[in-house]
Amino acid sequence: MSETVTDQRTVSGVSIRLEGVTKRYPGQRTPAVDSVDLEIAAGETVMFVGPSGCGKTTLLKMLNRLIEPSGGKIFLGDEDVTGQDPDRLRRRIGYVIQAGGLFPHMTVGTNVGLVPGMLGWDRARIAERTDELLDLVGLDPEVYRDRYPKELSGGQQQRVGVARALAADPPVLLMDEPFGAVDPITRQRLQDELLRIQEELGKTIVFVTHDFDEAVKLGDKIVVFDVGARVVQYDTPEAILAEPAEDYVADFVGAGATLKQLTLTRVSDTELHTPVTAAVGEDSAAVVARAEEAGERYVVVVDGRGRPVSWPSVAELSRTTSVPGTRDDRLPVVGLRSTLNDALDTMLAASQGGVVVTGRRDAVAGVLVVEQVMAAIQSTRSEVRG
Amino acid sequence: MWQYLVDRRELIAFQAYQHVSLVVQCVLLATVIGVGLAVLAYRSPRITGLANGVSAVGLTIPSFALLGLLLAPFGFGITPAVIAVVFYAALPVLRNAVVGLAGVDQSLVESARGIGMSRWATLRRVELPLAWPVILAGVRVSTQMVMGIAAVAAYVLGPGLGSLIFSGLSRLGGANALNATLVGTIAIVLLALVLDVVLVVVGRLTTSRGIRV
Repeated sequence: MSETVTDQRTVSGVSIRLEGVTKRYPGQRTPAVDSVDLEIAAGETVMFVGPSGCGKTTLLKMLNRLIEPSGGKIFLGDEDVTGQDPDRLRRRIGYVIQAGGLFPHMTVGTNVGLVPGMLGWDRARIAERTDELLDLVGLDPEVYRDRYPKELSGGQQQRVGVARALAADPPVLLMDEPFGAVDPITRQRLQDELLRIQEELGKTIVFVTHDFDEAVKLGDKIVVFDVGARVVQYDTPEAILAEPAEDYVADFVGAGATLKQLTLTRVSDTELHTPVTAAVGEDSAAVVARAEEAGERYVVVVDGRGRPVSWPSVAELSRTTSVPGTRDDRLPVVGLRSTLNDALDTMLAASQGGVVVTGRRDAVAGVLVVEQVMAAIQSTRSEVRG
Repeated sequence: MWQYLVDRRELIAFQAYQHVSLVVQCVLLATVIGVGLAVLAYRSPRITGLANGVSAVGLTIPSFALLGLLLAPFGFGITPAVIAVVFYAALPVLRNAVVGLAGVDQSLVESARGIGMSRWATLRRVELPLAWPVILAGVRVSTQMVMGIAAVAAYVLGPGLGSLIFSGLSRLGGANALNATLVGTIAIVLLALVLDVVLVVVGRLTTSRGIRV
C-alpha cells in the first residue's frame, strides 16, 4: 500500500545528498558555492533556478565532478562519491548540455553508444540499446542511426543528446540548460518529451534553467538560488508560486504569477473532449456520417498506431473518397503532461482554436479547445481575487 | 633536353624515388613530432605562444646555413639531411596542430569529460579527429616546402634530385649542365604537385563525413 500517488511512479533513480559542498576559486574573496546542504529524493526532478552567476551551474558540475569541490561531501544513494574516480563516476551519471554536445565527427548511433562502449558492452548489445533509445526519444533508428549531427535540426540534436545521456541507464541525469538554444515551439515539444520519458523511467533529474516557466512545468521541486548558491527556497512549484519565501523569490517569480498558475495546470487536469477519429484509408462517406451523427465539425485522422496525422473539417473530408494519409506538419499537438500555457501557445502559433492532445506513445487522448483554457484562466483569476 | 632525359632516365628515376622517399618519411616523422609537441603545448597559452614563436623564427633560418652547421657534428651523408628536413617539416605541422587543437569547441571537450571519457580518450577520440583537417593542411604546407629543402640537402651529399641540380650548377656553361639543373628542378615541382594530390585524397579518406565542408 502506497501512501501517495507519487509513490506509484516507476523509480529507477537514486537519491542525491549534498553536505556542506563548497567551491572556492583562488583569488576570489567569496566562495562561488558556499556550503550547500541539499537532499534530492530518488526519482524526482529538481530544478535549479536563479540569476546568472549565482553558482547553480557550478553546483551542478560538482555533482559529476567536472568541477572539483573545495569542500563538503556528495552522496549518491548511501555511497560517498566525493573521492571516487571521476571518469567512472561520470559514466553512471547522464549529462546533457545545451545543443546536446554531440560529437560532429561521429554518427548519431556512435554518439549514443559511447558510454556503453566505455563500460565494455559488446557490439550487439550496444546496437540494440542505441536503437531502443532513439526510439524512446522519438527518432526512427532506421532513418537517423547513420546520420551525422549536422544533418539534424536543433531539436533532433537535443533529443540525441538526451538519448546519449540515458544510454547506460544511469540512475541520475544532470541537465545544464539543455533547451536554451531551440525555438519556443521546439522547446515545448522537448519538454513534453522529457516529461513523458521521465514518467516511464523515473530517474533522479537535476536540471539547471533560467526560465522559471520551464522550472514550474518540469519540476517536482524547485530550488531558488541566490549568490553563492545560497538556497533561498526549496519546495514544490505550487508552494513557491503561492508563498514565495522572500521578496527576492517573489521578484524572481515575477509579477505574472497569476497567469503563471496556467503553467501549473496540466492538460490532463482538464476535461478533454473526445473527438471523432478516422483511420487513414477509411471510406470518407462513412466517416462523414459518423461525424454528423456525433454533431462534430472536425475529425482527427490517425495512423496505424493511433498517432494523429491531420485534423480536417467534415466539409474537407466530404470532398474525398477515402481518408487521406497526408501528414499535417503544422498540426497543433500537445502532450497530456503539457501545461495550459503550452496548449495556448501552440494554438496561437498554429492559428487554430484547439489542439490535439496525445498520451502514451503519442496516441490521441482527446482534444482541447480554446474555450476550456479561457475558462481555466477565469477561474484562477477569480480564485486569486478571492 | 629530351635526349638528356632519355639517356639518363634510370638515374633520374632513382633520384626522384630517393627524393620522394626522403620527403615522405621525414614528413611522417615531422607530423608525429609536431602533433606530439602541440598536444603538450595547446593547453597553456604561454607555451602555445612559445610554440608559435619557435615555428615562425625557425622558418626564417636559411636551410643552407642549417645544413652547414649540421655538418660539424654529423659529417656528410643522410643524417644531417634528415635532421634538417624533419626540422623544417615539423614547424608548419606544429603551428597548425596547436591552432587546430585550440580551436576545438570547449563545450565538446566538456561534454566528452562529462560522459566519462578520460583525458587521453578525449584527446584521441574527440580533439584530434576534430583538429585533423587543420593538422593535415599543415602537413600539406610542410610537404611542399621540404620538397625544395630536400634538394638543398644534396649540399651535404644527402639523397635525391638535389645532386642533379648541384652538379649542374657547379658545371654551368659545360655540356648538359643547364639540362641537369632544369630537369632536377622541374622534376621536384612535378613531384610536389603529385604528392599534394595524394595528400588531398588522404584527407578525404581520413576526415569524417560529419565534419567535411
